[in-house]
Amino acid sequence: MLSRVANTIYWMCRYIERAENVARFISVNVNLLLDMPSQGGRQWEPLVLITGDQELYEKTGYSDYSGESVVRFLTFEREYPNSILSCLAAARENARSIREIISSEMWEHLNQFYLEMTHDENLPVALNEPDRFFKIIKMRSHLFTGLMDSTMSHGEAWNFARIGMMVERADKTSRILDVKYFMLLPQFDLVNTPIDSIQWAAVLKSASAFEMYRKEHHQIAPRQVANFLIFDHSFPRSIRHCVNKADICLHRISGSPAGSAGNSAEKLLGRLKADMEYTDIEEVLAEGMHEYLDGLQTRLNRIDTAIGTTFFNIQPLPATAGQQQ
Amino acid sequence: MATFHDYDSGDFYDELFAPDRTPRPGARLLVAKIESLPPGDLAMRQKAAEALLLKMGITFNVYGRQEGAEKIFPFDIIPRIVAEEDWRQIESGLKQRIFALNAFLQDVYNDKKILKDKVVPADLVLSSRTYRRECEGFTPPRGIWCHVTGTDLVRDRDGLFYVLEDNLRCPSGVSYVLENRQVLKRTFPQVFAASRVRPVDDYPGKLLEVLAHLAPEHVQSPTIGVLTPGIYNSAYFEHSFLSQQMGVELVEGQDLVVADGYVHMLTTKGLKRVDVLYRRIDDDFIDPEVFRADSLLGVPGLMGVYKAGRIAMANAPGTGIADDKVIYSFVPKIIKYYTGEEPILANVPTYICGNDQDRAYVLDHLDELVVKAANESGGYGMLIGPHATAAERAEFAVRIKAEPRNYMAQPTLSLSRVPTIVGNQIEGRHVDLRPYVLYGSDIYVQPGGLTRVALTRGSLVVNSSQGGGSKDTWVL
Repeated sequence: MLSRVANTIYWMCRYIERAENVARFISVNVNLLLDMPSQGGRQWEPLVLITGDQELYEKTGYSDYSGESVVRFLTFEREYPNSILSCLAAARENARSIREIISSEMWEHLNQFYLEMTHDENLPVALNEPDRFFKIIKMRSHLFTGLMDSTMSHGEAWNFARIGMMVERADKTSRILDVKYFMLLPQFDLVNTPIDSIQWAAVLKSASAFEMYRKEHHQIAPRQVANFLIFDHSFPRSIRHCVNKADICLHRISGSPAGSAGNSAEKLLGRLKADMEYTDIEEVLAEGMHEYLDGLQTRLNRIDTAIGTTFFNIQPLPATAGQQQ
Repeated sequence: MATFHDYDSGDFYDELFAPDRTPRPGARLLVAKIESLPPGDLAMRQKAAEALLLKMGITFNVYGRQEGAEKIFPFDIIPRIVAEEDWRQIESGLKQRIFALNAFLQDVYNDKKILKDKVVPADLVLSSRTYRRECEGFTPPRGIWCHVTGTDLVRDRDGLFYVLEDNLRCPSGVSYVLENRQVLKRTFPQVFAASRVRPVDDYPGKLLEVLAHLAPEHVQSPTIGVLTPGIYNSAYFEHSFLSQQMGVELVEGQDLVVADGYVHMLTTKGLKRVDVLYRRIDDDFIDPEVFRADSLLGVPGLMGVYKAGRIAMANAPGTGIADDKVIYSFVPKIIKYYTGEEPILANVPTYICGNDQDRAYVLDHLDELVVKAANESGGYGMLIGPHATAAERAEFAVRIKAEPRNYMAQPTLSLSRVPTIVGNQIEGRHVDLRPYVLYGSDIYVQPGGLTRVALTRGSLVVNSSQGGGSKDTWVL
């Protein structure tokens, strides 16, 4: 398939997954605040920290970290490229340029998803009924994924789409975990208190992982929560699961047998997969959670770049191109 | 609510109603159906159709306004109906015309017989901006230049069809014909079935045959692509739609490179050779090494590969000379010259501003005439004398005197009208008709075409960029 098309569909899915995750961050924070003993303080600031875009937040003219400002910035700010609205706009622009590749059902759904996000009356709904509003966004993202799964051939384009989604999801799950650690640092006195377990439950919920975690581990313990979100084999939002699934899709595209590596993207992804296979949560805690997750995000970025150079930025062979110039 | 009870067809030819206010034979079922709808039902069906188009994302971009502004192409659910005998004349007339224009293209770029015989003035052809010296001495695959044509027809008060202009470069709009039909089948299913409307849906299949017909003989299963300028082009939806319907690649200039004497696509598995391009980029932009050097849309080296016969293109570069608005006035002679027949479809009488006598007449009668620039399309660069202000007419007079070769003028026709939903009323609105013609192993005229409607009361401008909409066209 065309390199441009592969690139476009890969990013289309990354954007949608990103939009969904922003909705997850916000809605879990809303729930968390309802259970917090004291109002005020900096409960909304970590949301902007997760994104790593504080500088942009302040540059765009947001000064305080009130709930309203943060929700407005993360959800509706067109100047912010990772807001839900911006992500959906980008996903839709991408979809428009590959309409002949994706199914009409996917296009029509995404088109409507975006168009309805642009209505002015959304802001008050998001502020007053955040639970309902962000749930709708999550469900529409799921609907898109479901449509992609059931109305589009599982060929090369679909596999690129899945890789985009899995790489983005792995990155976002790592950020969810990371921010909890960040929040915990100044508050050591809270460790092992009810507040602490509420917060860890919130982390699980933002990855839709609470119930699945309960079935596996019953008691909420920070070490186990981190273990679940990083290393669980079968939970669809765990980092290991995402990495393994991306690896399978990558091998389907290249046709090289599982366990081998025919290009730099497969090498990097295969190495990450193997490292995760031979690392456990004890080692992660010994290294430091933040350091480990930071390293993981860097490796995911490198994989993204390698996918780009392997498939998207193909240049004609220098020998033949030279004759034409 | 709207019925035809108060409908006034006015002093115009009405496509659905005879002068005695009874429905024309082909329109009886439709009119009876609309009359029988409960109050408000017609407006509801119109809204449902519009919602469907928005949901399908069938929008176009408007130039000259804020970038990326999207609109749905306004659509009116009351169809235009073309009787069988009218269609027979249109079909045979278009086949004759397109055959002759193709012969003209082959001749002017090669033997130039028609110029030597002084049937068409040589200086008029050779001075045209759309005449491509780069194509001289070239014969495209199978001798076909204009594979896809959209010819604009209008019906005057006398009930006769006239050719308003030919579009032989990259005519757009056929996707709306197909989508409008989908929407209308859902809007009036029973009437549609009972009226025995001829299908339009095989167009993408026919187009694919035309393109495959151009591939070099030795290529078993040719790789075909639709070349688009990209998502900001006003017809992008159509490029994407056609490639999807044909199951071929949609490519942009950045997806193509010339290497080893062939054109290749950049794919995830390396380079892949392309054999046929249905290009929807104007000549000026397809190859910066040959035409406009500042073009970022095209493919450097494309023309070289094309002239070496290693890639086919539809339409062939150079076809613009045959739809030049000044050459237009010679088309009846061109038809006679190459076929020996009288034209089946008449031209609108035309005054050529390059001709001294005609120019004097035009400048004296600007308030009665429609003036058009020779190489503009989409309703840009046009003056409608009776509707223009004195200042606009004065401005055009200056332009005509400065560059007479670039202008022509025609009497203002009384375009026929079709009942159209306007708010809660049904009122007559002016229409034209653009049938699509494919030239492959034979010439095919899609039964129907795009009926464009000027939605503003009294307006004669049907272009989508200027407040026009469309209707489904039923050929019975």
